[in-house]
Amino acid sequence: MNLIPSRYRINLRKEECIQCRRCTRECSFHAIEFRGGLVFNHEKCVDCQRCVAMCPRDALYITKNENRFACHAVYSTEALKEIYRQSEAGGVLLSSMGSPGRTVPIYFDHLLLNASQVTNPSIDPLREPMETRTFIGRRPEHVERDEVGRLIDNLPPHLELQTPIMFSAMSYGAVSLNVQRALAMAAARTGTCFNCGEGGLHESLYQYAANTIVQVASGRFGVHETYLNSASAIEIKIGQGAKPGIGGHLTGAKIIGDVSKTRMVPEGIDAISPAPHHDIYSIEDLRQLVSSLKEATGYRKPVIVKVAAVHNIAPIASGIARSGADIITIDGFRGGTGAAPMRIRDNVGLPIELAIAAVDQRLRDEKIRDRVSVIASGGIRNSTDVVKAIALGADAVSVGTAALCALGCHLCASCHSGSCAWGIATQKPELVDRLDPEEGAERLCNLISAWTSEIKEIMGGMGINSIEALRGNRLALRAVGLNSRELAVLGVKYGGE
Amino acid sequence: MMKEGEVRIPSGCAICGIFSRDGSQICGDRIAHAIALMHNRSNGLGGGFAGYGIYPQYRDHYALHIFYDSLKSREETERFLDSHFDIINLSKIPVRQTDQITDPPLIWRYFVSPLVHKIQDSQLEENEYTARCMIRINNLIEGAYVFSCGKNMGVFKAVGYPEDVARFYRLEDYSGYAWTAHGRYPTNTPGWWGGAHPFALLDLSVVHNGEISSYDANRRAVEMYDYKCNLLTDTEVITYILDYLTRKEKLTLEECANVIAAPFWSTIALKDGQEAARLAYLRKMYSSFLITGPFSILVGFTGGMMALNDRLKLRSLVVGEKGRTVYFSSEEAAIRAVEPELDRIWAPAGGQPVIVTLDEGVRI
Repeated sequence: MNLIPSRYRINLRKEECIQCRRCTRECSFHAIEFRGGLVFNHEKCVDCQRCVAMCPRDALYITKNENRFACHAVYSTEALKEIYRQSEAGGVLLSSMGSPGRTVPIYFDHLLLNASQVTNPSIDPLREPMETRTFIGRRPEHVERDEVGRLIDNLPPHLELQTPIMFSAMSYGAVSLNVQRALAMAAARTGTCFNCGEGGLHESLYQYAANTIVQVASGRFGVHETYLNSASAIEIKIGQGAKPGIGGHLTGAKIIGDVSKTRMVPEGIDAISPAPHHDIYSIEDLRQLVSSLKEATGYRKPVIVKVAAVHNIAPIASGIARSGADIITIDGFRGGTGAAPMRIRDNVGLPIELAIAAVDQRLRDEKIRDRVSVIASGGIRNSTDVVKAIALGADAVSVGTAALCALGCHLCASCHSGSCAWGIATQKPELVDRLDPEEGAERLCNLISAWTSEIKEIMGGMGINSIEALRGNRLALRAVGLNSRELAVLGVKYGGE
Repeated sequence: MMKEGEVRIPSGCAICGIFSRDGSQICGDRIAHAIALMHNRSNGLGGGFAGYGIYPQYRDHYALHIFYDSLKSREETERFLDSHFDIINLSKIPVRQTDQITDPPLIWRYFVSPLVHKIQDSQLEENEYTARCMIRINNLIEGAYVFSCGKNMGVFKAVGYPEDVARFYRLEDYSGYAWTAHGRYPTNTPGWWGGAHPFALLDLSVVHNGEISSYDANRRAVEMYDYKCNLLTDTEVITYILDYLTRKEKLTLEECANVIAAPFWSTIALKDGQEAARLAYLRKMYSSFLITGPFSILVGFTGGMMALNDRLKLRSLVVGEKGRTVYFSSEEAAIRAVEPELDRIWAPAGGQPVIVTLDEGVRI
């Protein structure tokens, strides 16, 4: 008996197939095998689209299994399958990548951008300078002058980005080294930063220090003095949008070779990141960690504190701003992950749009918005999401899922299986080899420059020629299809107002 | 229809200014004559003037010009003024009946000094105390609007074409060492007198032509520092930014220009080390106050005037000189109308401030 029918069906256009068996070699989930002919194990298919992409004859296609359960208004087919799975195995449902959201609105899609007409000229980015350079970091309250009245540069260290888009934290272990190589190279070429996540930094990546953010997370994996000094900023990871309040768990199977060395965890032993930092039980403890990291790096690097967007995010951000941190990263509900309990992923936290709007307004109410920088992440899918996030109040954004998609990810949400057919979320050498870091870097560079071009075009249309004039510029936005509470939290007017 | 301040109204405009470096007296009709030439740049929905050095007999007192919608708002305001200031003199501002200017509010003028014990209690200095009191009247007293509150200067504005506004306020009866003027072309306004320009706080006054695309970023930034943008106009937010940067952050006007019309990063890269570092510092430190989109502004202040364009120079602005007198205008013709023979005339580049001040030793 099998209560859970397969989710997908693998289909073959027989007239096209040349029996090359490439699909059988490409499918890392063993959904396609050759036994005298192609045999499809539909129940193993995760819809990663690797076989489709690699078939030389375009002979394969994947469809949803058309079978459905009784059309119950309360218990959907998916809801029933989850019950069957749990009653079968007795475990926590695991999933990966960002929450599909289901009934939670994507507010970005309800926001429309402005453009100049008549009273104000639009600016052509091909003819006039259009500035996307972004500096993020702390600002002092007042200027200081020397004895002859010249301004003294009293700014703490800033991160300089040529475009307000960074790559989100993805650890070596969760992703392959080739992924990090591609991210690092792309960050260096486009003048932005990648974030090594909590798995330490492989020595071969030290050369990209100027474009690296290193993370200090609750497991403290791979943290040592050289590590901290091989970066342009340090991020304290408190939480992650995909699983607020939950720690991490990298299975021993992935702790092999260089992963073990880089994480400073013995081979084959599970690497467990506790849910809280065991030296941070309150905001005053955070202040001490910020100070320690600054001491360890000679006050030459900004310190970022990353938190998940949760209900109390505004006062949390305010507390962080007063903890000595230079930059706050808010990671929204739709942020990706290599593995998370599904219930947590789909039910805990807030969409980034609401969080960023609430945080920006709270920091302004407390007169400290100009003291710190704010980075939005979790569900930034394209250049207009970037523009909208900045207009809502972010200084810059970071993208994880979109970057992985540029490397081939098709969002099959099976990262936790470790069998990623695209060589992204896996440590299996034969799969890791599938991703060429050089080619990946090029695709990432293309993505960043394409988005940057679009951002410039949009800014030019609004008559704005520098990204800082967009930050918090909420009159650049109008909403459609939202209620008045949503408008109030987002701080935007309705279309036509 | 919503009143100005409840809705944001962009507008195009004409601006004009005359400044006499040697302090010689310029009669108000001269600036009226100049701005009148640019009649077509306004649409009759707002005109105004700011004169400096026009109240020498009260030079140490704040001159308050206030619009009232009703007797009630005047009584309430005067009660507030009585309890916070020593009122040296009060009167209606003399006006001339003209067909062109209709529905005026009550327009009053007061010369005041802050009560010494009130200043001590507030632990503020005199200017900050006065500014806060004025912002409080504008925010809290229904129907009262302080539109001028500097020392030895005054703003005169109304709904109408600037030349009619000048006749209405009998501008020919005033003279001073500096004047600015504004003719407004709002795209949509119910015509509220307070919405006309110049916009002023203490002795700082701004006339502006343009529509800034950074408006809400700038507004939300300056509102962090105890300002409240009631009118939702560009001019208001520019005035508050300049007041904040000069009076509270003690920046020079040139530094202010480097902040609000900051040079492009590519331009900064061409400067020598120390200058590049200074410009980069100001851009990073005050990035929230970068103003984008078209603007030309004239900033009047005690003893000086600054003209500034946006960094792309998306609005016209010319400067002319004759002897010790300097002229600023959206169009050269307006300058030629009052001074046909100029020693020099030029169009300053985008983002390049032109700052003029009184010659040393001139008493105003």
